[in-house]
Amino acid sequence: MTSLTTTQNRPSPDLVEEDLTGAEIVVRALRDEGVEHVFGYPGGAVLYIYDELAQQDAVKHILVRHEQAAVHAADAYSRVTGKVGVALVTSGPGATNAVTGIATAYMDSVPIVVITGQVPVALIGNDAFQEVDTVGITRPCTKHNFLVKDVRDLASTLKTAFYLAATGRPGPVLVDIPKDITSHKTHYHYPEKISLRSYKPTLKGHPGQVRKAMQLVTGAQRPMFYTGGGIILGNASGELRKLVRTLGAPITNTLMGLGAYPASDRQFLGMLGMHGTYEANMAVQHCDVLVALGARFDDRVTGNLTKFAPHARIVHVDVDPSSISKNVRVDVPVVGDLQQVLLEMNQILAENGQRNDPQAMQAWWTQIEEWRQRDCLHYNQDDRIIKPQLVVQKLFELTGGNAIVTSDVGQHQMWAAQFYGFDQPRRWINSGGLGTMGFGLPAAMGAQVAEPDATVVCVTGDGSIQMNIQELSTCLQYNLPVKVACLNNHYLGMVRQWQEFFYENRYAMSYVDALPDFVKLAEAYGHIGLRADTPADVEPVIREALRLKDRMVFMDFQVDPQENVYPMVPAGAALSEMILV
Amino acid sequence: MRHIISILLENEAGALSRVAGLFSARGYNIEAMTVAPTHDPSISRMTVATRGSEEIMEQVLKQLNKLVEVIRVHDLTEGPHIERELMLIKVHAVGQDREEVKRLSDVFRGRIIDVTDRSYTMELTGTGEKLDAFIHALDPGMVIEVVRSGASAISRGAKAI
Ligand SMILES: Cc1cc2nc3c(=O)[nH]c(=O)nc-3n(C[C@H](O)[C@H](O)[C@H](O)COP(=O)(O)OP(=O)(O)OC[C@H]3O[C@@H](n4cnc5c(N)ncnc54)[C@H](O)[C@@H]3O)c2cc1C
Ligand SMILES: Cc1ncc(C[n+]2csc(CCOP(=O)(O)OP(=O)(O)O)c2C)c(N)n1
Ligand SMILES: [Mg+2]
Repeated sequence: MTSLTTTQNRPSPDLVEEDLTGAEIVVRALRDEGVEHVFGYPGGAVLYIYDELAQQDAVKHILVRHEQAAVHAADAYSRVTGKVGVALVTSGPGATNAVTGIATAYMDSVPIVVITGQVPVALIGNDAFQEVDTVGITRPCTKHNFLVKDVRDLASTLKTAFYLAATGRPGPVLVDIPKDITSHKTHYHYPEKISLRSYKPTLKGHPGQVRKAMQLVTGAQRPMFYTGGGIILGNASGELRKLVRTLGAPITNTLMGLGAYPASDRQFLGMLGMHGTYEANMAVQHCDVLVALGARFDDRVTGNLTKFAPHARIVHVDVDPSSISKNVRVDVPVVGDLQQVLLEMNQILAENGQRNDPQAMQAWWTQIEEWRQRDCLHYNQDDRIIKPQLVVQKLFELTGGNAIVTSDVGQHQMWAAQFYGFDQPRRWINSGGLGTMGFGLPAAMGAQVAEPDATVVCVTGDGSIQMNIQELSTCLQYNLPVKVACLNNHYLGMVRQWQEFFYENRYAMSYVDALPDFVKLAEAYGHIGLRADTPADVEPVIREALRLKDRMVFMDFQVDPQENVYPMVPAGAALSEMILV
Repeated sequence: MRHIISILLENEAGALSRVAGLFSARGYNIEAMTVAPTHDPSISRMTVATRGSEEIMEQVLKQLNKLVEVIRVHDLTEGPHIERELMLIKVHAVGQDREEVKRLSDVFRGRIIDVTDRSYTMELTGTGEKLDAFIHALDPGMVIEVVRSGASAISRGAKAI
C-alpha cells in the first residue's frame, strides 16, 4: 500500500550524502515541506520521531493534552493559514483518539496530514501491545491513507500525502509508520513533484460549460448566489466578490462559507439553511437562477429536497464531481477549481459586457428588502438576564470584527454565525459537517499558533467546552492568549431546543447539572476567569479580556437558559417554512 | 436496473477494501465482486455487479473515480458487452442419476472435472442466468455444494475500456 505508483520513487544513490533513519526522514521531510508547526502527543511507537524532533528547531512541536485536540488544532491551523496542518500521534489509543479529529477534517474538506506510529512490521496483525488497524479504522474518514512498510518508501509517501491533502478537493491524509521503520536507514531524497496516474483532479472548468453558466446567470430575472466552503478552501474570495459586485446580485453563504463575501455588504443576505436568515432562505426559494459555488447542498441547507428552490435553474461549480447532482439535480454543472473558474467567469463578463435586466433586478431587490424588513434575527434584551446573542454582538463590536472566531457545536455556534459579521475568509473556524463538540478550544489554539498576534475568540457552550477543557493546560504551556467566551445556559441547549419544539418539552438529559465554576477552573489552570451575570456585565468583561492581551481569559457568560435559535427550518420542511421569533 | 462496472485500480494491498468499504459505507448494492491482476501486474481489474437507479449509478461511478487508487471506471452495461461466470458444482450422483447428470451437464456445455462413486463435480461457465438455470434443472436434493466466481465482463469490439 505504500507505493502508489509515483513517477519517481527511489532515489539514485549519488544524489544524496548520507543515510538517514526513518525518524530523521520524517523530520527532514516536514522541513522540506515547509512545515513549521506540528501538534502532537508522544508514545512508544513514535519515540524515535520525537527524539529527532527534539534535536532541531525548524519544526516546532506543540504538546496537546489529548490526541483529538492535536488533530483539531492542526485542522484549524490549516483553515487559518491555507497550509497543510500536521498532527503526530502514537499507535493504538493515540490513533483512536485522533479519529474524531480526522473525521471532523474529512467532513469539512480540510487538508491535514496525520502521522501515526504503528507497532513494528513483524508484529502487525499479532494483537501486539497498542496495536490497532489504523489504516482500516481511518479508511472511511480520510481522503487517503498509507501504511509504510519499507523505509525506502517513506519520503515519497510523505510527499504524496501532502500532495493529496492539498490538491483537488482537500482532505485529511494519514501515514501510519511502524516503529522499526523509524529506525531503519536509507538514502534521503524528497521528490519535488508527484504525479499519480490514478489521481488527476480537474481544475480548469470546461470553457463551453462556463460560458453556458454565464449565459444563464446574466439572463436571470432573479439570480441568487449560494456559496460555500469551497470558496474559502480554494482562496477564491477575491474573484467571488468581483463577480457578485459586477452583477449586483444577492448572495448567501453556507455556515462553512462565511467570510467569503463580506457580511457588511448590502448584497449579502446572511447565512441560509436551517438557521439561516428569512431573506436568504426566501431568496433561494424564489430565485429563477441559483448559482452554487463550492457548496454541497447539505441537508441542513436544502431542507426538504423536493421543495428546494422550486423555480430555479441551477449552476453548480465544484472541484469534486461527486458533489454535483448528488442531492439536487443541476442544470449547468462545471467541474473545476473555483479560483480558475471564477477568473474565467469574470473575464467573460468583462468581454461581453452582459448584465442582468436592470428593471428585473430592481424588482428583485425590492422584494428582497421587504423580506429583510422582517428583521428575523431580532431579540429582546432586558436588563436582567443576558441574551446569548448580545454577547456575540458585543464581541463583534469590541473586536472590530477582526477576530478569528472558533466555535464549538450547539446553539452558541449558530449565534456566533448569525451575529458575528465576517468580512474576511479564514476568520470563522467551526465544525460544520461532523458537528464535533470539543472542536472549539483546540481549534483556537491552532489558530493562535498560526497567528500569534491575532485576537482569537472561542465561542463555546457549557457542554462543549468540557469535551476538551484539558487543553487549557496547553494554552498555558505555550502562552496562547485565547479568549474563551462560554455562553453558559446550563443546558445542552441545541438538544433542549429540539426537545422543546419536537418532543413536547421533555428535556431528557439536556440539563447540565453540577457544572464546575469555570472562573475557578480557569484560575486552577493558571489563567484568568471572568464571569458576567447581568447584561451590564457583558461589555466590561469583554473589554477586560481584550485588555489582557497576553493572557488566556475564560469568560463565563450566564445567559438565558431558555433562549432558542431563530429562524429555524424544522427537519423535513421547505426552506420557506421557517419558525420565526 | 442491473449494472456491470469495470474498475482498473492500482494493484496494492488495501485497494480492494477501499472499493468494498465504499459500497458498504454508502449503502450501494453489491451482487458480486471479482478482482485479479491484469496483464500489467501493477494494475488489477475489478468487476462489480450492482443494482440502482440512474442517480445512484451516477454517484457510484463518481465515488469510485474519487478513490485515489482507482485509475479508470466504466459501466459496461452502457454498451455491448460479454459477461461470463464460472461455477463449480458438486452433486450426488448414484445409480440412474449418474447418466442423467452427465447428460444435463452436456446440454449446458459443462465439464465433469472430478468423479467419485457417489458424486460428480462439474465446471460450467456462462452468464449468471445460465448457471441459475443449470442449478434449477437439478433436483434440489442432489446439490452438495456450489462455488460461483461472480461475473467477469468485457466490452465487445477491438477497444479496451
Ligand atoms: C448545529 C449545526 C447547525 C447547522 N446549521 C446550518 C445552517 O443553518 N446552514 C448551513 O449552511 N449550514 C449549517 N450547518 C453546517 C452543515 O452541516 C454543513 O457543514 C454545511 O452546510 C456545508 O457547507 P458547504 O455546502 O459550504 O460545504 P463544505 O463542506 O464546505 O464543502 C465544500 C465544497 O466545496 C468543494 N470545493 C473545495 N475546494 C474547492 C475548490 N478549490 N474549487 C471548487 N470547489 C471546491 C468541495 O468539493 C465541497 O463540495 C450546521 C451544522 C451544525 C453542526
Ligand atoms: C461529540 C458530540 N456529541 C454530541 C453531539 C450532539 N449535540 C449537538 S449540540 C449539543 C449540545 C451542546 O451543548 P453546549 O455546548 O452547551 O451548547 P449550547 O447548545 O447550549 O449552546 C449536543 C449534545 C455533538 N454534536 N457532538
Ligand atoms: Mg449550553
